[in-house]
Amino acid sequence: MRALFAADPLFSGGFDLGVVLFVIVKALIGFTFVIVGVILMIWFERKVISDMQNRIGPNRAGPWGLLQTLADGIKLIFKEDLSPDRADKLVYKLAPYLSVAPAFLTFCIVPIGGVFTGGGDGTVTLFGKTTYLQVADPPIGVLFLLAMSSVAVYGVMLAGWSSGSKYPLLGAVRASAQMVSYEAALGLSVVTVILLSGSLSTHDIVAQQASGILDWNFVATAFIPFAIFCVAATAELNRPPFDLVEAEQELVGGFHTEYSSIRFGMFYLAEFMNTITMSAIIVTLFLGGPAGPIGPGPEQLWPFFWFTVKLLAFLFAFVWVRATLPRFRYDQLMDLGWKRLIPLSLGWLLLVASLRVADDQGWDRFLVVGIAFALGLAAAFLMMGAIRVADINRERVDA
Amino acid sequence: MGLLDYFKGFAVPFKVMFERRVTTEYPKVKRAKAVRHHGRHVLSRYEDGMEKCIGCELCAGVCPARCIYVRGADNDPDDPMSPGERYGFVYEINYLRCIHCDLCVEACPTEAITESKLFEFSFTNRQDAIYTKTELVVGDDGRPQQLPWEDWRDGDDVHTSAWMRATSASGSAAYTGRVSWSGELGYGVRSAEPVQRDADDDEPAVDDISIEPHDAGLGGTDHDHDHSGGSH
Repeated sequence: MRALFAADPLFSGGFDLGVVLFVIVKALIGFTFVIVGVILMIWFERKVISDMQNRIGPNRAGPWGLLQTLADGIKLIFKEDLSPDRADKLVYKLAPYLSVAPAFLTFCIVPIGGVFTGGGDGTVTLFGKTTYLQVADPPIGVLFLLAMSSVAVYGVMLAGWSSGSKYPLLGAVRASAQMVSYEAALGLSVVTVILLSGSLSTHDIVAQQASGILDWNFVATAFIPFAIFCVAATAELNRPPFDLVEAEQELVGGFHTEYSSIRFGMFYLAEFMNTITMSAIIVTLFLGGPAGPIGPGPEQLWPFFWFTVKLLAFLFAFVWVRATLPRFRYDQLMDLGWKRLIPLSLGWLLLVASLRVADDQGWDRFLVVGIAFALGLAAAFLMMGAIRVADINRERVDA
Repeated sequence: MGLLDYFKGFAVPFKVMFERRVTTEYPKVKRAKAVRHHGRHVLSRYEDGMEKCIGCELCAGVCPARCIYVRGADNDPDDPMSPGERYGFVYEINYLRCIHCDLCVEACPTEAITESKLFEFSFTNRQDAIYTKTELVVGDDGRPQQLPWEDWRDGDDVHTSAWMRATSASGSAAYTGRVSWSGELGYGVRSAEPVQRDADDDEPAVDDISIEPHDAGLGGTDHDHDHSGGSH
């Protein structure tokens, strides 16, 4: 049992009622954080994208339209909840929860505060209890992230399948294919990070990056895994330019076409919650999470501030990408995923791994990098050749 | 194409963020209406309070939407409604059908029917959509009546309640191309607009169009040629 909850010092003194209450309160605060975050994120996205399109955006409900999401939510709750005749009722009703739950659960492993720099161990002491500023720090940390993002695929897939309608089904097929494809690249770029930190725990990953910006994983892993993770995460989130899942022109609404009322609202919620969670994960894995210089004032506020700043930067970047890039074609999506991102992340993983081995064995690093690049190039040429041959064969079959 | 060219596209929406918004926040702010904006009709009256409509039904005949219904009646010689022999006994416009083409205004021989600039009137039932003579005739001050569901703004009734003639007024060649006005209740006779030839030039127009909308005093500058609406 102790091993399951890992290193969080909260559990070092065994379990009592106080600890259980503390955990419940932490979970509630985490949930509130995410929900409020989603409400603000939807507003933020709508406002920024309208700015980028020379519009004004929501400005009716509350100051600067801040309460627009709340108004939409209330409206959705009171709308009629329809379900198609052909729907598989149980699965149809289960699917929205399958979308929302993983989004929140993933956020649980993100450290949102705690002083890591200057020898800090990222803990806070409140009411006589010392704990990490994250809802949970399981030793399987990052694996939990990958598991949850796979469960989220079920939410989308089951929603489309159980609707008993063609557009949702097509959307769901696309969604599952896309999310499964990009999960591989996502996982491989995470492995690079794990190689450096030597731990799956998000707390350890942050602690390992805390000493300075050069230790942040996006520098330490030489940018490529970071870039791959960002692209794959965008695809995983079904956000533009990878939003083929809900390509309106082709699929009406995609997997959630048949959903209405708050069930639709939950998919919407999950989508934005996932955006926040993924940004938080990127910040944690590659940008040192809450680590950053501690200025004057209460020192526990600074890590939270740095985390929020980094998170906002990514949320803004996601909106910016959405405002800029047009949607991918389906074959381009698959090409990018399978023929570029996966080989590249795999090659980079091997490079980083061989560098680790080189350090252990005392080999010349430059020689290792040189050989690795040579091998990588050879592999790339082989693969391009294979793709070319496959293309020629396909044309021959077609002709 | 360099690698950085891929990112040029990202600069475009970012730049737009700092551009000036062109949106008019409509219910709060309203854009100025065009001088010859076609809005809801009014039935004008002469300066002595007589109605201009003579019930000739030309407007109803010309209306492409068939939204005007007119029935004329003979004037009581002792208490005439209009200076002519007949007057508009019934005058109805169905605003669910009207397309505001202004053909009725052009057809009217006595300049009785004109269009104001008001277009924001949201009645909530079909009965309210049919404006009868009671609603269409201007009040004793010459201003259009304001019904509860109509959103009149400043200037909506300015320069609209009189009939404009782009062609020669009274057939005089000297006034060809000059837009002039007929005398009417509450507004008197306005001075004519500058001819288009003048307006297009940079030189200042001969006579300006500065008009006090409620200056009931008669301008009289071009009164002598501007009483084709019927003398009385």
